[in-house]
Amino acid sequence: MSRNLILGALLSSLVLLAALVSFVWTPYDHAALDIPGKLKTPSAQSWFGTDHFGRDMFSMIMVGARTSIAVALVAVGIGMALGVPLGLTAAARKGSWLDEVIMRGNDLVFAFPSLVIAILITAVFGAGAINAIIAIGIFNIPVFARITRGAALSLWEREFILAARVSGKGAARISAEHILPNVANLLIVQGTIQFSLGILAEAGLSYVGLGAQPPTPSWGRMLADAQTMVSFAPHLALIPGLAIIVTVLGLNLLGDGLRDWLDPRIRVARA
Amino acid sequence: MLRYAFKRLISLMISLAVASVVIFAVIEVAPGDPASFMLGVNAQEDTLAALRAELGLDGSKLERYFNWVSGMLVGDFGTSYTYRTPVSQMIQDRLWVSLPLALYALTLSTLIAFPAGIYAAARRGKPGDLTVMGATQLGIAVPNFWFAMMLVLIFAINLRWFNAGGFAGWDQGFWTGLHSLTLPAVALALPQAAILARVMRSSLLDILGEDFMRTARAKGLSRRQALWRHGVRNALIPVLTIIGLQFSFLLAGSIIIEQVFYLPGLGRLVFQAISARDLIVVESVVMLLVFAVITVNFLVDLAYAAVDPRLRSRT
Repeated sequence: MSRNLILGALLSSLVLLAALVSFVWTPYDHAALDIPGKLKTPSAQSWFGTDHFGRDMFSMIMVGARTSIAVALVAVGIGMALGVPLGLTAAARKGSWLDEVIMRGNDLVFAFPSLVIAILITAVFGAGAINAIIAIGIFNIPVFARITRGAALSLWEREFILAARVSGKGAARISAEHILPNVANLLIVQGTIQFSLGILAEAGLSYVGLGAQPPTPSWGRMLADAQTMVSFAPHLALIPGLAIIVTVLGLNLLGDGLRDWLDPRIRVARA
Repeated sequence: MLRYAFKRLISLMISLAVASVVIFAVIEVAPGDPASFMLGVNAQEDTLAALRAELGLDGSKLERYFNWVSGMLVGDFGTSYTYRTPVSQMIQDRLWVSLPLALYALTLSTLIAFPAGIYAAARRGKPGDLTVMGATQLGIAVPNFWFAMMLVLIFAINLRWFNAGGFAGWDQGFWTGLHSLTLPAVALALPQAAILARVMRSSLLDILGEDFMRTARAKGLSRRQALWRHGVRNALIPVLTIIGLQFSFLLAGSIIIEQVFYLPGLGRLVFQAISARDLIVVESVVMLLVFAVITVNFLVDLAYAAVDPRLRSRT
């Protein structure tokens, strides 16, 4: 196992753990106001300090991890759930009008500046976590469709697929039973990368006020709140930013590490 | 080549047409009637009808779609609901902030990424390479709007080298304008530079493994000469594609960065229009951004095909 994989797994599980633990325990109630104790710098009592309402930053970061992970995870889920079947279908019907339609549709979604459209969607249908998920999810579909099709196309040429066809299996069954398990590794790696992009996108959307709405804590909105106070309470901006960086860095390293680890060719080359 | 260009042009047209339909449809289902939003809840029905007619909201959906599209083709983007000024004028004013910002960021990103990528590739596996690669991993993970806030904290609030926000305007002189775009441009450029440096490195590493590189060394060129004369030059082709794509990223990414720095660009225009439910402005600016992105990608494809004939036969 590479250093990337270990470090990435460590950072990612740290964030995941914080999110999970926040369901049963946080140092303080993340929503409890304590105006006299506002804008405290990090100390033994409150590890990350307190914000302008005296809320405990550490607790907010823990609960905010939940929001980020939930939004990004569901968005990746949408992308996989729709993109993978599309990719498998396109590959199974290579060269047909169906393949053409799916791939042209993909190109079209790819061509859209995703952030602009996410802003359009959330602006029109209202800001909120659900619309942010949909906006981010839509742009995950072509990513998974393309990568699945690409990998599946080369598999269709292989002999074990020919054997499956000779034994009388239809295209749908072959796709599900033989193609899908063989592209799973690739999808896991891409999923990790898309997950990290989703975290960044969620942060961006909630920073401009189009993500999860108060009182749900989110890292992006914590940053937006911190902006006007950055001159006298820099920790308010520093800490949520570092939380995002740790998460995204962890997931990217995990993705890189998994790719190397799951790809036997690279493993052999290393040894 | 002409055949390829024609094919790509057709698909460009289809993309733009579909994009315009999608954007129009999204805006169309938006809840809330702009006329009643502008006049308030107590407005009389006949006043509302008069305003709707004035704003061109009374025709059928199909009629309004074609009015919007045919207007844009001749540079008429409609009239803003809130400001009652032509949207094209508003866009033009803002474009003078957003476009220079994107170009500035693109220049910075290229200036950082090229040396970093070439340096890393030339020292593959050595500490220098690992440092650059580590830095790029970090650069990709940093949200640009957070980085922008940190830049403000350090260079505007503490060191006072730059203003924390706002735009001086080009009429104050080129350098003053450029100065007020510097922090936003750096914030936009750095994450992109991280991606570009990685592309530059891997592209150069591919080239360095080619036979002609060995030939170059065998005929007596030094490592450095071979790297610059044959390596970098050939590695540039895929890198240029990424630069083209990045331009559109930067244009779209400036939407959020403009919020951080209170820059009067297209991004702020979109947000102001959203909160004022000035949907014609939202619609037209989004369409313009999509148009820019799709067109830049088209031009990059064409340039790429002109350089590398193998790509023409692919579609």
